[in-house]
Amino acid sequence: MTQGIGVAEMAVQSDIVDDAGPYDRAKALSAFKLGDLTFYWITRLSAISVLLILGGIILSLIVGAFPAMKEYGLSFLWTQRWAPSADPPVLGALGPMYGTLVTSFIAMLIAIPVGIGIAIFLTELCPQWLRRPIGMAVELLAGIPSIIYGMWGFFVLGPFLANTFQPFMIRLFDGVPVLGAVFAGPPSYLSLFNAALILAIMVLPFITSISVDVFKTVPPVLKEAAYGVGCTTWEVVRSVVIPYTRVGIIGGVMLALGRALGETMAVTFIIGNSFRIQSSIFAPGTTISAAIASEFAESDGLHQSGLILLGLLLFVLTFFVLAGARLMLLRLEKKAGK
Amino acid sequence: MNPIYVRRRRKDIVVRGLCIAAAAFGVTWLALILVTLLYNGLAGLNLEIFVADTPPPGSTEGGLRNAIIGSLIMTVLGVGIGAPLGLFAGTYLAEYGRNDKLTSVIRFINDILLSAPSIIIGLFIYGAVVVPMRGFSAIAGCLALAVIVIPVVLRTTEDMLLLVPNALREAASALGLPRSLVIKRIAYRAARSGLITGVLLATARVAGETAPLLFTALSNQFFSLSLNKTMANLPVTINNFVQSPYAYWKQLAWSGALLITLTVLALNIGARILGAERTAK
Repeated sequence: MTQGIGVAEMAVQSDIVDDAGPYDRAKALSAFKLGDLTFYWITRLSAISVLLILGGIILSLIVGAFPAMKEYGLSFLWTQRWAPSADPPVLGALGPMYGTLVTSFIAMLIAIPVGIGIAIFLTELCPQWLRRPIGMAVELLAGIPSIIYGMWGFFVLGPFLANTFQPFMIRLFDGVPVLGAVFAGPPSYLSLFNAALILAIMVLPFITSISVDVFKTVPPVLKEAAYGVGCTTWEVVRSVVIPYTRVGIIGGVMLALGRALGETMAVTFIIGNSFRIQSSIFAPGTTISAAIASEFAESDGLHQSGLILLGLLLFVLTFFVLAGARLMLLRLEKKAGK
Repeated sequence: MNPIYVRRRRKDIVVRGLCIAAAAFGVTWLALILVTLLYNGLAGLNLEIFVADTPPPGSTEGGLRNAIIGSLIMTVLGVGIGAPLGLFAGTYLAEYGRNDKLTSVIRFINDILLSAPSIIIGLFIYGAVVVPMRGFSAIAGCLALAVIVIPVVLRTTEDMLLLVPNALREAASALGLPRSLVIKRIAYRAARSGLITGVLLATARVAGETAPLLFTALSNQFFSLSLNKTMANLPVTINNFVQSPYAYWKQLAWSGALLITLTVLALNIGARILGAERTAK
């Protein structure tokens, strides 16, 4: 700050200012000083407001969830029954937690290979003229609001899967132990699998764009050396690009996982809102965010508090996943900076 | 030919094929979604959508006027509240606090808020605004959107200001400009298109947000401009109409979805063109 004022003083002493006529230097200086100070504090307080928002989120969730925490304690975590209209209401988070984890897991199972595949295509294989259009299409996919995905899944994808893909898988694995139970019938418009597929499509762009970014940090010399000793494209990717960027890819995947865990509107329409846990992924289920979205507006008392407690669980879960993702990406940035 | 070489070649070709298939898979979804949206949305898109209010259950005439205007108001207010805060906060991070401990903490927290589930933001505003105000209101919806805007704008502002060469700042300081004017007159001006890109991206992000509005602004069937009552808005209206049994409501939901998607895509493309101009320079 002191440096700024010293410089300002020089400006005031310059000839141009003198020519402008009588000029109160002290007044001008104090105006500068005041302007500097206000601007500094406006920006600093705005920056601190980010911390306040995080604090506010945590505080308001804890306050809202407190009645349910007191009533159910830790057993909230492993109770499957969700009966808000019973007297007294019985609430358990097991069903939504199971749905959240299973849909996110299946979504990542689909999205990770496809997302990284697209990134390899874009950085290593794609002709230059096609790079921008495909890259842009994938990024636009990320921009579509989630309710559009949900609606599309509800009207188009759900019926399609129930009529073609699901019966096929059910027949294929009929009688096979374990897998037979995972792919059990009947086919359904509303199911965990449909929700997971929509989630996979939604998080695909995140994985792709971060993978493309981190692939670009690989020094060309490394790749050229590998090509020089006769490696094929796949060998270069597997033995040079992926090991070099492993931390960044994991960071990108965790970022996408954070999104998938908390995604609401895309899932709510097509998951069926059933709190019962069933072994088949073609059966309806629910996720934490879907449960909150569909029940919160009409809830009160303990029921509402239970929903906020679900929200608190989701927030803690995504917070750790996202924080982990950031730490991974920071590590890669440091490496790239060296 | 050497059998090992043949095997490596074959493996390479298979993986290349899979990567091309993955790219085709990704692009196909975007095409499929856009085609069904256009097909179903255009069928119901007419002037009535823009001049008539949302119809009561079972009716076969009506539009989305109240929802469109409500969405516009809330998006503009949300961005209007959130964007300056994000802009100033980003300014602090890039200009004043470059080597600050506070800066790295804020940047880390901001990155987490950037991807935090939007339904949690809705719960936060419900507890912080709706409960004390004793009722759902449009202003609560605006605040929820603002909380989503801040991290997006903060991030792009910081990135863009860091791209401004330090020589510019030093030159301005040497001419005697105080620090705040160096930032406002020089750094902001040099980063202008980048800053606008950030605000556009944030607008695109909140224009279709549904989850945080579900229990803050709620929605209603009427035309209303009052900020302390519930206000109709496109996303929540679509949400309600999709799950209804009425064909006309579903038709309106498709048209609304088309409107939102086109708006969001236009904002995204506009932001990208602005950003590309910048890098081309």
